[in-house]
Amino acid sequence: MASSSAAASSSTLPPSVFNPRRHVGVHAERVSDVSSTDYPGHYPGEDHSWNLAKFKEDFKIEVKRLSQRSVEFDLVGVDASMANAFRRILIAEIPTLAIEHVYVSNNTSVIHDEVLAHRIGLVPLNVPPSLIKYRSPNGVPTDQDTIVFKLELTCEVDKNAPKEKGAPRKLIHEEVLSGDLLWIPQGEQQSVFTGALPIPAPTNKNIVLAKLRPGQEIDMDLHAIKGLGKDHAKWSPVATASYRLHPLIILNPSKPVPPHLAHKFAKCFSPGVVQVSKDGEISIDERNLRKESMSREVLRHKEFEGCVELKRVRDWFIFTVESEGPYAPQDLFPESIRVMREKIANIRRAAEALLADADAPAGPGPDGDVEMGGV
Amino acid sequence: MGDTTPKIQILKNALQPDLSAATYQIHDESHTLGNALRWMLMKNPKVEFCGYSVPHPSENHIHIRIQMYDNLSSLEALLQALSDLDDLCVTIDEAYQKSLREDHYEQWEEQS
Repeated sequence: MASSSAAASSSTLPPSVFNPRRHVGVHAERVSDVSSTDYPGHYPGEDHSWNLAKFKEDFKIEVKRLSQRSVEFDLVGVDASMANAFRRILIAEIPTLAIEHVYVSNNTSVIHDEVLAHRIGLVPLNVPPSLIKYRSPNGVPTDQDTIVFKLELTCEVDKNAPKEKGAPRKLIHEEVLSGDLLWIPQGEQQSVFTGALPIPAPTNKNIVLAKLRPGQEIDMDLHAIKGLGKDHAKWSPVATASYRLHPLIILNPSKPVPPHLAHKFAKCFSPGVVQVSKDGEISIDERNLRKESMSREVLRHKEFEGCVELKRVRDWFIFTVESEGPYAPQDLFPESIRVMREKIANIRRAAEALLADADAPAGPGPDGDVEMGGV
Repeated sequence: MGDTTPKIQILKNALQPDLSAATYQIHDESHTLGNALRWMLMKNPKVEFCGYSVPHPSENHIHIRIQMYDNLSSLEALLQALSDLDDLCVTIDEAYQKSLREDHYEQWEEQS
């Protein structure tokens, strides 16, 4: 890989990024070298066994962008299985609260009870999940595990609005908004949600839930309970949590792009990624490399054949997490690590118990087969 | 989910009596943990083979198959992998918190 080492010598990126073993090849109609190979026994004479100290040397995590809704960070040097575990936990296994039980006393609007109930269920709430317990499977709701809201509205003509000729009548509650949900404190909840804690409410007050005409009313009691995204997406704390692999563009020094085609070459990439000097010489702007869309446009042109290789770095994950619920975006990733460690601890406890009675392995039925799980 | 299914069961029909090869059925887990655990077990040079599967999408468990060299215990390897995985999580958590505290990153206002 002569081109790799040449690129490494003139790069601001760490030289190990140009190690061909870390590269996923991106070709016109396929990708190559997708699987990682850093396992003991894969390369003769090399030690790839787990070593925490060695891992810490190569590992890097760097927050790149943060807003009040989302965070972007780089996770470098871990296997895809770990990155994917955190992504899956972010989406499906961090608890939040959502409205699950809807008791309809009256609904004369045109939207059906069950459709409206579904819409209400999807409204993100600001209640910190750590304060609320899971509902016991057959238990009655208590102030420890249920947050109650009320939605009671009637659409009317606004009699106080100034009349203008030809203008439509002004209506009150023409739209039912998420901000109309009214928290009804239960038991000791009033004393919990005081001071620094905001009172339970939707995180966004402007979600239109239904539209009404004069005389139509809605009267509902809503019970929010704690749950997980794997049961229903309404309990997912994120709008999206995703990663992509960091792009890499490697120019071939033995076949430079002809100067008269330099601008055409640059236009094959995302803006700012490829720079063209005055005399038509091409360089890669590594600060903008992450913006490359990997459209593979450059591979469609015969004149650029062999000039460039498109790659991705297999263990450089660019995470994007968009919060949609009670968590600040920067707190979501640590929360996913906490859930992961909880899983590990649970299995460990079970495995240690197995080890304790290893002489008489417990469990399966007399035919030596395992019983079906209780689903 | 108030069931009493044990968290881990050993499948008896694919078992070496000394546990040098065994398939573990882990209840209430999925690809999330299965793949990560498989990766960590494969990092162990004493593991001859390791693979995991989700036998059926509507059954809430995974299978992890571990085969060891030198008649070593697969259960010991499983425990070692779990503890290494936990160390890995702690390392990632600490590094993330450090970056969040100390690094200079772009902060911006996002319209919702």
